[in-house]
Amino acid sequence: MIEILAPGPLATVQDLGRPGHAALGVGRSGAADVGSHRLANRLVGNADRAATIEATFGGLWLRAGTDLLVAVTGAPAPVFLESVEYGGNAPLRLPAGTELRLGTPKTGLRSYLAVRGGIGCEPVLGSRSTDLLSGLGPPRLRPGDTVALGTDVETDPVVDVAPVAGQPAEPVLRIAPGPRLDWFRPDAWTTLLASAYTVSPDGNRIGVRLIGPALDRAVRHELPSEPIVPGAIQVPAGGQPLVFLADHPVTGGYPVIGVVARADLGAAAQLRPGQHVRFRPS
Amino acid sequence: MIMGSDRPGPAQSHDHREIMEYGEDALLVELADVAAVMALRASLEQRPLHGVEEVVPAARTLLLRLRPGAEKKRIAVEVQARELTAYDAPGGVVVEIPVTYDGADLDEVARLTGLTTKGIVDAHTGAELTVAFCGFAPGFGYLVGLPDALQVPRRSEPRTKVPAGSVGLAAEFTGVYPRESPGGWQLIGRTDVVLWEAERDPPALLRPGARVRFRPT
Repeated sequence: MIEILAPGPLATVQDLGRPGHAALGVGRSGAADVGSHRLANRLVGNADRAATIEATFGGLWLRAGTDLLVAVTGAPAPVFLESVEYGGNAPLRLPAGTELRLGTPKTGLRSYLAVRGGIGCEPVLGSRSTDLLSGLGPPRLRPGDTVALGTDVETDPVVDVAPVAGQPAEPVLRIAPGPRLDWFRPDAWTTLLASAYTVSPDGNRIGVRLIGPALDRAVRHELPSEPIVPGAIQVPAGGQPLVFLADHPVTGGYPVIGVVARADLGAAAQLRPGQHVRFRPS
Repeated sequence: MIMGSDRPGPAQSHDHREIMEYGEDALLVELADVAAVMALRASLEQRPLHGVEEVVPAARTLLLRLRPGAEKKRIAVEVQARELTAYDAPGGVVVEIPVTYDGADLDEVARLTGLTTKGIVDAHTGAELTVAFCGFAPGFGYLVGLPDALQVPRRSEPRTKVPAGSVGLAAEFTGVYPRESPGGWQLIGRTDVVLWEAERDPPALLRPGARVRFRPT
């Protein structure tokens, strides 16, 4: 068992989400940065499907109810056990009664805390993920919550520390043309590729809003709602692009100009407000 | 674009079918209208395509989410070749939804349609409807089959709070809000039927292809 003393700005339980229910109006959800989620699980010997805690911008503070083996990945937040600082991307033993606290990450946005066995809350449609758009899954973590442990163990932990490349100051995301590229003026694609966009502060697990040169439309009529995929770059009426993340809606009513490569979705989920991001063709 | 030649736009031939790349793992099929979407969805349910993991219908388009390594070209060719007959809802159960017709927009709908309240209720309960697709919220089904006389535009100002169970109209669609949410549909009534219950299997009362009839309480 784990006791949440403080969740930080936002902490949710996440796993690989609930794919396959979009036709019922249910999005996939799941860890926004799946690669970091998987790595955290691997470091403590869990199966990929084990649920982790996704901590947004550090601040997560918890107490171990039993002896735990944990690992923190993703945005490199300093990990304090009692008051001793440890690094991420390595398994750490947390004896019963001790406290762990995440500082503020110097880069990136979302850190993943895996516990050996996984988080054991009740799954909804086969997933323990909190979907902030649809409201499915457990509520976001609150101070005083107690979190049960699961049994999603696969192997003994064998890795001492995983080498992880740092996040560049100005990430470049690979993109492919989207299904509605021809709804835009011919120069919109080159504008998107040539410009630095600033990450807006009002992003969340649904998507990252970007601020920069407007992407002007050639086709003006309304788009009947059509399905969305993770990484879809949708352009609402104002011309400022939005990159959809894990809790994206099932359908959207604005044209999609491009799609972020699967391999770069984790980097998109780690974009911080105020940071610059660029795009290049995949 | 993988296949197809028509430009997107409102005026399209009835058998318009364009297949577009949508990231590494998906194709988007654009069709002429919602009836064609329903027909293709039903066809892909009856005879699934190899390599397609999930089919997500919407208003004019249908998403094919593919398995890793699926052959996009072959799937596009097979979708283009798929014979689409008019969608014929499968026989069997019709979901009945009892409705109290006292919605906040009844007067506005009467004004827009020229129908009396009784005329609106008769038109709404007389139609056999089909779930074309779901979206907006878990369990929110977009039902088609309304008579033309009952087709009204959505409200110019959406409400910030629409109560769960509200029955609304918007263009060619009618539907029931599964839970309290913002919404811009014209509200004509309410029901106590639970449209979404995560613990139920299946959790959604209304799924694409399901037949529905409203009944006055």
